[in-house]
Amino acid sequence: MNGAVELLLEPLRYGFLLRALVAAVLVGAICAMVGSYVVLKGLAFIGDALAHVAFTGIVVAFLAGFSFYVGALAAAIAAGLGIGWVTRRVGLSTDTAIGIVFSGVFALGVVLMAIGIRTYTVDLFSYVFGDILAVRSRDLWAIALAGLLVVGTMVALYKELLFAHFDPVVAEAAGLPVGALQLLLLLLLSVTVVVSVQAVGVVLVLAMLVTPAATAALVARRLPAMMILAVLFGTLAALVGFYLSYYASVPSGGAIVLVATALFVLVAALVRGRGAWRRLMAARG
Amino acid sequence: MRSGAVAVERAARATTMPVIQVEELTTGYRRREPVLRNVRFTVERGALVGVLGPNGSGKSTLFRALLGLLPPWEGSVLVEGQPARPNPDIAYIPQRETIDWDFPVTVFDVALMGRYPRLGLFRRPGKADRELALWALEQVGLVDQRDRLIAELSGGQRQRVFLARALAQEPELFLLDEPVSGVDAPTQHFVFELLERLCRQGKTALVATHDLSCVAQRFDRVLLLNREVIAYGPPQEVFTEALLHRTFQSHLLLLRYGDRVIVVEGEDGDERSC
Repeated sequence: MNGAVELLLEPLRYGFLLRALVAAVLVGAICAMVGSYVVLKGLAFIGDALAHVAFTGIVVAFLAGFSFYVGALAAAIAAGLGIGWVTRRVGLSTDTAIGIVFSGVFALGVVLMAIGIRTYTVDLFSYVFGDILAVRSRDLWAIALAGLLVVGTMVALYKELLFAHFDPVVAEAAGLPVGALQLLLLLLLSVTVVVSVQAVGVVLVLAMLVTPAATAALVARRLPAMMILAVLFGTLAALVGFYLSYYASVPSGGAIVLVATALFVLVAALVRGRGAWRRLMAARG
Repeated sequence: MRSGAVAVERAARATTMPVIQVEELTTGYRRREPVLRNVRFTVERGALVGVLGPNGSGKSTLFRALLGLLPPWEGSVLVEGQPARPNPDIAYIPQRETIDWDFPVTVFDVALMGRYPRLGLFRRPGKADRELALWALEQVGLVDQRDRLIAELSGGQRQRVFLARALAQEPELFLLDEPVSGVDAPTQHFVFELLERLCRQGKTALVATHDLSCVAQRFDRVLLLNREVIAYGPPQEVFTEALLHRTFQSHLLLLRYGDRVIVVEGEDGDERSC
């Protein structure tokens, strides 16, 4: 008993490991919250694209010598609003366009990074897979602030976001600013992606957005329950993944996402049927 | 004090002003290709108006213009004396292809959404709102289904949920786009009964439908629409062979029994329940 507690407390004696744990848990929770809408509205591809664009923003910020967050956030918000604008104007067949544009922007980031490394000998590659141990206390503040903003907005505007995304036509007819609410969601998604990139990396942000929320969708009947469960699953994955990473000496991002995936498989095996699968498959479209 | 003044103003308007005044409306989606041309009609309070026309005749476009979602290119659209704009006094039930049926919301959640536009930003629905949502579900006979997911409902039940949401909104004007297409006969009967009752209570309703015989039996006014107004008036005046032929071209069958004209659609002349 004492041994188990000791096992849990041991890594936390080190400041940087404590910071890493708090960061992982916060990122897990925020991603899962926004992730509920990502799963329901099929925004996974957009979330992935945002993460890749944020990476290029980070590289540019590094080369130009300004803050990591400014670069990533500017790039992601521009991309988020840009996607919103394109989808509203052109319709749903924009997947290909998004793919082309954002692969292109990411490739630019990779090339710029190569130039940056040659010049500065700094490893920006950690952002691709994430390095949670590199989280400084001001990063933690940024994550906490973003979490407050994202969760606060989603709670305060719960009914507006729900109506605008469930039945946009009627919501608009009743006088709700549907376009603004849809852009707001993309904005929250952008902020979430940016603060998560350092912790879990460009490649794995998508998993943190989608997997806990999809797991919640298997068991929850209503949206509030889905959000709460998603946050629980995201937090649990971050916690377990963190210790797994520490004791097995494996990368934290990979460990966290693996735990999230294992949770999904476990829950899916337990609740087979009940229409949940159908809902999940439909939500992907 | 202020709300009293508004109430008085509203009462004054109620007696004098038509609910809908459309003057020489021309509008559409793409430049130089108007869907509606020179549309002109007036709807008095308490009227149950059927909007009839073949597919592509501009019924949905007319509704979007009445909601203020589509600005007039020419002419004007006045609702309650004001230029049309989205507002909670109009309840809109569109054709249902835009709905995400797999959303995790219950029957009660959807009915409660009718209250959202009345609440303003940040405010949560209170006890009175929940009671109104329950009342609305009672009106459409779904109160014992309130905890079911909308994904679990039949077509007729789904249509009733959206009626309940519209009722919970407490609007003055109902715009229903094909509310009975693809629903079972009892629901069809039920929807028209409910609309009649609402209009007797002073609400106004515009209903786009293909169901000519129901319109002939129950509606006060008929708007025959095919890119322009072919005719507008009481069913007995408007349902003539010549006008219906101009509206629907050849998709239509007319049956006469004595002085009664019965109209059956050529495509699906099945027995409809009014």
